[in-house]
Amino acid sequence: MSLSRIILYVVVGLILVWLMVPVLIIVPMSFSGARFLAFPPPSWSLRWYEAYLESAAWMQATRVSLILAVSSAIIATVLGTAAAYALNLSTSRLVRSLQVVLLLPLVVPIVITAVGVFLVYANVGLLATMSGLILANVMLGLPFVIISVLTGLRKFDPAQEMVSRSLGMNRLRTFFIVTLPQIRPSVISGLLFAFISALDETVVAIFISGGEYQTLTKRMFTALRDEIDPTIAAISTLLTAISFLMVILVSLSARTAPRKNADA
Amino acid sequence: MSASSTDPSLAHKRGEQRLVLLLLAPSLAVVGCLLIVPLCWLVWQSVRQDGAFTLAHYARFFSDAVYWTTFLQTFRIAFIVTAATVLLGYPIAYVAAGASRRWSIFILAMVILPFWTSVLVRAYAWLILLQRRGLVNSVLTDFGLIQNPLALVNNELGTVIATVHILLPFMVLPLYATMQKIPAELTMAGASLGGTPFYVFTRVFLPLSLPGVVAGMVLVFVLTLGFYITPELLGGGRTYMVSMLVSRNIEVYNEWGAASSISIVLLACVFLVFRLASLIIPFERIMGAR
Repeated sequence: MSLSRIILYVVVGLILVWLMVPVLIIVPMSFSGARFLAFPPPSWSLRWYEAYLESAAWMQATRVSLILAVSSAIIATVLGTAAAYALNLSTSRLVRSLQVVLLLPLVVPIVITAVGVFLVYANVGLLATMSGLILANVMLGLPFVIISVLTGLRKFDPAQEMVSRSLGMNRLRTFFIVTLPQIRPSVISGLLFAFISALDETVVAIFISGGEYQTLTKRMFTALRDEIDPTIAAISTLLTAISFLMVILVSLSARTAPRKNADA
Repeated sequence: MSASSTDPSLAHKRGEQRLVLLLLAPSLAVVGCLLIVPLCWLVWQSVRQDGAFTLAHYARFFSDAVYWTTFLQTFRIAFIVTAATVLLGYPIAYVAAGASRRWSIFILAMVILPFWTSVLVRAYAWLILLQRRGLVNSVLTDFGLIQNPLALVNNELGTVIATVHILLPFMVLPLYATMQKIPAELTMAGASLGGTPFYVFTRVFLPLSLPGVVAGMVLVFVLTLGFYITPELLGGGRTYMVSMLVSRNIEVYNEWGAASSISIVLLACVFLVFRLASLIIPFERIMGAR
């Protein structure tokens, strides 16, 4: 191996370490016995996890975030899969431009989206409500589902649908029996991506959530502005564990070969 | 290819179109009500004051120093972050694309895991690492490299470090996708024809990887322009980015006209960058939808 290769590998190794360290550093921090965040922690304890579990406010915020993430991910997946199917079906120019519209939530700076949603909600009375939060996160999750499902559909041979329909099955049944099982991995990764996006979403929640319906991230953000409380390290560790779990699930769902027949 | 293209029947085609619109309708309704309508509303608000038309909110960009210094600082940070992510991301993607399957999965996992971790959590982690008595400062002091702790956070430096960290995957993933498609035969052919590794890289590999570089740069640049959490948490009140200017005008001053005009200008900058980039590479490809 040439010297330049070795240098390249060392540099890349260092950058990867730099990428992972901040993600992993919060884990030992969360088990610290001290109030201040020294590294390595002077002693070990579970007190910050206890503080988190015993706090009614943190528990309520966790409930809100979980309900929000699950329900908005499911809704975004249903709407987004339908939209991706339609986008893949049509070749018209109008539909192409509609695709750009549906991807907009990903490119509009999040503060502007937050301000916009706030404006709408202030007028229709959806501020600080669960349904308001869910609806906003459905919008933010849609692009992830659409991109993921479109990628799956492009690999799918539409001739199979035509065969199924020529054999007398209607369009809806064809979709659920022939198409869906084959694009399932991309639907699942879209769902998981929408889930994690809703769970981690912070800026829109800062603007529109409040009172009883504050999300976990909004509470964390507010707490971080005031002081670096180790309870946040405990919550961060839990959030990171969920993220890692999602990555593992996505890679597993991509690996399992789609079943040929859903009737089995 | 759509299934309908083999069926020329007009009635069938019309039915197909109806189905397409029906399936798109719910998603379009959500994005329309929560994004398109409010954006139009912001445009309207930005030219209104006390019930009359005005350009006063835009005039402030020329008269109020805070406006243009904030935009300047935001663009400067966006340039620095974009350059840094290219420099750090290119070698990662290059090694991952050339490595064996097992190694490339390992390298990509190291990129994707942080990518899926909450932005807020990562900003918090950097706060811990970079603070006065944080890990970085204590390591440097222990090794005798510095006498007094460095000011790594509560300034632009801390903001840039965390932003680069958060956005690096957005650079690596499109780069890797592009590099992976470059046939190995091409670089082998270049080498067998007598090109030095450096020559082959700059004349064969690098030009072919440029679409990925452009896609990554556009994404990173545009996302940095709209960043809010990292400057807010790591900027220490001294790093003022456009997003903060928008939120301050609403939260603190209740100045909707000002917030609207700043939003519209920021949005125009974002669209301009995409427009310029689309001359080189289509929008859907940047977003990974193609």
